[in-house]
Amino acid sequence: MSAQTGDWPDRLFETLKKGDIRQVGYVPDAGHARLIDRCRADRDIRDVALTTEEEGVALAAGAWLGGERAALLMQSSGLGNCINMLSLARTCRFPLLMFITMRGEWEEFNPWQVPMGSIVDPVLKLCEAEVYRVNAPGEVAGAAERAVQHVFGDERIAAVILSQQLIGKKVWTK
Amino acid sequence: MRLERRAAMAALLAGRGDDLLVVPGLGSTAWDAAAAGDNDRNFYLWGAMGGAAMIGLGLALAQPERRVAVITGDGEMLMGLGALATIGIQQPRNLAVIVFDNGVYGETGMQPSHTQSGVDLIGVARACGIETCVDVQDEDALADLARGLRNLRATLFARVQISTDEPPRVLPERDGVALKSRFRAAIGIKP
Repeated sequence: MSAQTGDWPDRLFETLKKGDIRQVGYVPDAGHARLIDRCRADRDIRDVALTTEEEGVALAAGAWLGGERAALLMQSSGLGNCINMLSLARTCRFPLLMFITMRGEWEEFNPWQVPMGSIVDPVLKLCEAEVYRVNAPGEVAGAAERAVQHVFGDERIAAVILSQQLIGKKVWTK
Repeated sequence: MRLERRAAMAALLAGRGDDLLVVPGLGSTAWDAAAAGDNDRNFYLWGAMGGAAMIGLGLALAQPERRVAVITGDGEMLMGLGALATIGIQQPRNLAVIVFDNGVYGETGMQPSHTQSGVDLIGVARACGIETCVDVQDEDALADLARGLRNLRATLFARVQISTDEPPRVLPERDGVALKSRFRAAIGIKP
């Protein structure tokens, strides 16, 4: 991978820093591995490992009540775990910034990833989230910046969808 | 003799001080907190079942100089047990999670909750690494918990064993945006 294509997680991290994100909730995911490492290594970001993604929706609401900005990292399957908790963000207009790595949409080896992966976009739209889909490394920073502005400028929900094409397919043979 | 819920809430919040932020969980604990006296520093939950403890965690991390008390019911806590594991590895010094445990789902017709059949929330919290866990079964222990809350220095988990009495509902504001905005304004956060 060239420096331009392979370092998009670093661009994402820089956007989080520029956006003054102070809490990052996540359920570990291979597509987010580099970004999680960067967040864990940063003194000004509190990294919060979650047992399930819906915890992160509540965490972000609490952070905002206390005047801090949070972001939530998850895989597409995790969005399904969040749906009722998204009521919290919608009812109270809590800012919610999500970065979702996709599975089940492009050269997917594991069919169990497909049912949730295939409904991520409509689910997000039904939950009144703004969706920014990214297919190429050069689009990552711009989409993330627009999402930060939308979420915290107007107390709204947004998701940056990091497509499977961007991340690359999971390698099953070692 | 189990404690009466409204009296227990009143004892915990008496003379609360401006640095105490309270997240009452969905259901009866929200009515209890409203009955104890409405306060801009209460963020009542009318939904988001299973989310109270995590809202408290995000708030406690964002406001390290203030104390945060999540006061919720056994059913609400059971829906988000994973939060205790998450809190167990974060350990904010300023967070207390207090569960009013009556062993039933009072809002929905008194169906038994898991705690009535032996699920021990204190044991769960302790196993998640929360060292300060207190089981409150009488007035003296309740007074100790109120003192512990005033002098909070480590993540605290408490189970308050309450009776199944259901006092008349006292309903707080239910506009979520209004609750959020007044809470933030009360602690000096610019819109």
